[in-house]
Amino acid sequence: MSTTLPLPDDASNGAAPRATSQSSYLDAGMTVRSWLTTHDHKRIAILYTLSITAFFFIGGVVATMMRIELATPDGDLVSAETYNKLFTMHGVVMVWFFLIPSIPATLGNFLVPLMIGARDLAFPRLNLASWYLYVAGGAFTIAALVLGGVDTGWTFYAPFSTLYSNTHVIYVLAGVFVVGFSSILTGLNFIVTIHKMRAPGLTWFRLPLFVWANYATAAILVLATPVLAMTLVLLAVERIAGIGIFDPALGGDPLLFQHLFWFYSHPAVYIMVLPAMGVVSEIVACFARNPIFGYRTMAYAIIAIAVVGFLVWGHHMFVSGQSTYAGVVFSMLSFLVAIPSAVKVFNWTATLWHGRITYAAPMLYALGFIGLFTVGGMTGLFLASLALDVQLTDTYFVVAHFHYIMVGGSVSAYLGGIHFWWPKITGRLYSDRWARFAAILLFVGFNFTFFPQYLLGIAGMPRRYHQYPPEFQTLNVLSSAGAVILALGYLLPLLYLGWSLFRGPRANANPWHATGLEWQTPSPPPQHNFASIPEVTEPPYAYRPDRLGREVVQAREGTR
Amino acid sequence: MSLLGLPAQASSFAPKVDALFYAVTAVTCAVAIAIFLTLIVFGIRYRSGSPTRRAEDVPAAQARARKRFELAWTLIPLLLFLSAFGWAGRLYVERDEPPADAMVVFVVAKQWMWKAQHASGQREIDELHVPVGQPIRLVMTSQDVIHSFFVPAFRLKQDVLPGRYTEMWFTPTKAGRFHLFCAEYCGTDHSHMGGDVVVADRAEFQRWLTAHGGAPDMAARGEALFREYGCSGCHGANAAVHAPNLAGIYGKPVPLADGTTTVADDRYIRDSILLPQREVVAGYAPIMPSFAGRIGDEEIFDLIAYVRSLADTRDRPR
Amino acid sequence: MAQTRAAAIANATGGQTPIRLAAHFDDADQQRAAATLGMWVFLTTETLFFGALFFAYTIARSAYPDAFAAASRHTSVILGTTNTAILLTSSLFMALAVRAAAMRAHRLAAAMLMVTAVLGLSFAGIKLTEYALEYREHLVPVVDFAFAPDLFRGAELFFWIYFTSTGLHLVHLLIGIALVSLFAWRAYRAEVVNLATKVEVVGLYWHFVDVVWIFLYPLLYLVARA
Repeated sequence: MSTTLPLPDDASNGAAPRATSQSSYLDAGMTVRSWLTTHDHKRIAILYTLSITAFFFIGGVVATMMRIELATPDGDLVSAETYNKLFTMHGVVMVWFFLIPSIPATLGNFLVPLMIGARDLAFPRLNLASWYLYVAGGAFTIAALVLGGVDTGWTFYAPFSTLYSNTHVIYVLAGVFVVGFSSILTGLNFIVTIHKMRAPGLTWFRLPLFVWANYATAAILVLATPVLAMTLVLLAVERIAGIGIFDPALGGDPLLFQHLFWFYSHPAVYIMVLPAMGVVSEIVACFARNPIFGYRTMAYAIIAIAVVGFLVWGHHMFVSGQSTYAGVVFSMLSFLVAIPSAVKVFNWTATLWHGRITYAAPMLYALGFIGLFTVGGMTGLFLASLALDVQLTDTYFVVAHFHYIMVGGSVSAYLGGIHFWWPKITGRLYSDRWARFAAILLFVGFNFTFFPQYLLGIAGMPRRYHQYPPEFQTLNVLSSAGAVILALGYLLPLLYLGWSLFRGPRANANPWHATGLEWQTPSPPPQHNFASIPEVTEPPYAYRPDRLGREVVQAREGTR
Repeated sequence: MSLLGLPAQASSFAPKVDALFYAVTAVTCAVAIAIFLTLIVFGIRYRSGSPTRRAEDVPAAQARARKRFELAWTLIPLLLFLSAFGWAGRLYVERDEPPADAMVVFVVAKQWMWKAQHASGQREIDELHVPVGQPIRLVMTSQDVIHSFFVPAFRLKQDVLPGRYTEMWFTPTKAGRFHLFCAEYCGTDHSHMGGDVVVADRAEFQRWLTAHGGAPDMAARGEALFREYGCSGCHGANAAVHAPNLAGIYGKPVPLADGTTTVADDRYIRDSILLPQREVVAGYAPIMPSFAGRIGDEEIFDLIAYVRSLADTRDRPR
Repeated sequence: MAQTRAAAIANATGGQTPIRLAAHFDDADQQRAAATLGMWVFLTTETLFFGALFFAYTIARSAYPDAFAAASRHTSVILGTTNTAILLTSSLFMALAVRAAAMRAHRLAAAMLMVTAVLGLSFAGIKLTEYALEYREHLVPVVDFAFAPDLFRGAELFFWIYFTSTGLHLVHLLIGIALVSLFAWRAYRAEVVNLATKVEVVGLYWHFVDVVWIFLYPLLYLVARA
């Protein structure tokens, strides 16, 4: 904890007025122009939050249409072509315009400098440029949508995407190419910032795990995304110029595309999950009032996942015609990458041991993450098992698996993080009762939507199917019904969080009594983050001995 | 239907896959339940306000036990994972080992239908008739984009690629109609691209063959094509041009001009027809023209069947 | 606090080190360290970007070895070798410029940067000449590519990779030339705020562009030339 600023001294959330001696970053310029030309990482984080929320709802509307169609076995709501465009746009928007940027570009951008005691990221103008690149990439993708959509699937397999699809593939390729550079710049910024701008005394093993997670994610962003960029260029060249790189009819190799594509796209899923794991560590430690169990192990596990994650891409290709030997190697490595993930789940659980647990909304999201990530991770083991993957790949089992991790996992953690740091970012408190209700609704709706899909996959229903044999209907109806509840769980936060911006009680610097440098500065933070840069002398998660926490909780329990 | 909704077991492979599936399900469920129970128990017992010891009351010795826990919950999963890997891997490798007496059926996938050709000449669309208990080897290619031949009841799936042959073998063990799905997204009617694998007992399969017979078998069709495309002009017995004699070559090693040796399998014959410059036989000039764009995939299958038949008898009447 | 090397030199020579410190950095050392690390990370992304293209080359060449050999013989090896020599020399002058800037020898730095830029432009000029020659010989894919029919596919693929990789390289080079010229001008006019850092960072970039060429040259020009 900081030695320069006093600890918050009251237990009643929100009674303390906002610091008036310094204005916050929200006051520094009220015009739209000041926002669009800002160099402040906190404002850029908010710009990102608004844009990715918009894309999330676009992707969500598309998913809603898909689930309505799938409630009946016949393809009666939309044509087959339209359905193919729907699942393509759902994948493209959700992967590249929501999940990949989500936690790093919003919470990471806002919090990493604060957590390390810096005044901004290393390259503030690059940070703003990365947001504009995101918007430009988004514009291309919306253009493709408006012009009639794309039907290649988000995976763009050749030769279908190069020589057979009659849709505006190039627009989407351009959009993803451009937004890839947004990712690269964000990653570059994080790496340099974390290496070079830590506060005095803040050694690597005193960093919060959220920073470790964003660091590893930044490394993946920087190493994997350029390969995707080149792959998209190759696709575009084959499509426009007819040069045979992937299409066998022109002398190319379709498996080359798959190797190049998955070399990026597998590490990409770790881009989506590692920051979520960082968020969960912060929340669980705070609400269990315990240091994270096995902090160093957790840090090493993050690095291990990032490194080994680059070596497993072939597990998407076990039935593709790739050699059996390659399959065996990739299967072994895929099992190995599951070990650090499992260890993290055990360590989070152990963090609760002898803790003093409370259940505010962020904690519910974090616990939801642990449960849903566990299920998703376990089903990953089925897919890593070669002979089982032969049966289950390209079925709804895979769809359920990755939604459990990306939605049940990453989105839960993202929402948990938003709820945890909302007072810091906005200076306001929201209704915890509504927030907990939304968290539970999300958890229930999510399981209803996606657990039946495991069973559908086991029963043999392939994915990307517009219509299906009638025996699969019951499970599909269950899934679609769950999606209604899930949608409610997503809409509710918009309402009560939005409400809190205008009517919520003001938050003091540290309403959760959490450790971490970001809580040592007012809520919302001043423009340059800290009045004076703190010096760090303790390990992170100094919840024990939790003198303050104990007093706070004893006051609540009436045992003080 | 079996436990958890698995489809019927209709191939010799299916029970083995299901055994592995149940084992992995049991272990993962057990572990998941253990984790969830622990979370719930901890969540209740260590809830703020509950009368229990907290971290600051715990003696340091218990904290040292931490390392032993971490080691255990790293090594035990590792052992379990390696076992699953080994079991699944061994089963997977069986896909590469079709029995020598497997009956070959040729499959061509195209947007959006499955075309099958039996060696004895019967052709099917979106259906595949096979007899119970007979190993079947499918040799498959696509005319356009990537498809995937998926029969859930067999627990088997194999991507079908353009410009290449992929194979899948199975031994049906149960009579009936089983879903055939295309499992790799291939365009507009991907979800309509399917049909049935019809497994019949031997007698019924014979009846079906006879009822749908009458057409020349694939080797006979191939022989006609061999003449029609002029192959016999160079490869025939009385040819003036120096070209390799094809009698008995199928399945045998072929020495190539660059010093390596390859096997005259389906892929080799196909590539010789479409890309003759790629693997020139040792001692021959690279003068064979390419037939790319002139011969379709199904005709190539017929020619392969013909060349294969030359291994069976040398004095096939011309 | 430990003195930076530049500050030590500045003090020894009695002058001030002109540094403009951005508001979010603690000191000049941190700012400079961040700039150089940032460039290294960026170059890593570039390595992977070009790396994917090199991978595609590898796959294509193993599929069409004869076509690649034949096509490579149609590249102008004399011009390519000349260009390699020019670019390597430019890297030498770039390194000298970095040293000069660190020593606050601004006029010398400007001169070295100028020579670097001129050599870079020579490279670009020769490259464009090569492109013109190749266009005349009908070696530009899509436009009017012509080659022996039995090697057509592989040769077209070779030349597509040739034009894309050298084209991408050329774009990177032109950006480098622009930056180098800009800093040469600024150094000449003694507008030298943060010059040492800027020149060092551009130097890293320039050397990277050079290294990419060192890989491209043998892969494209020397396939079949023993």
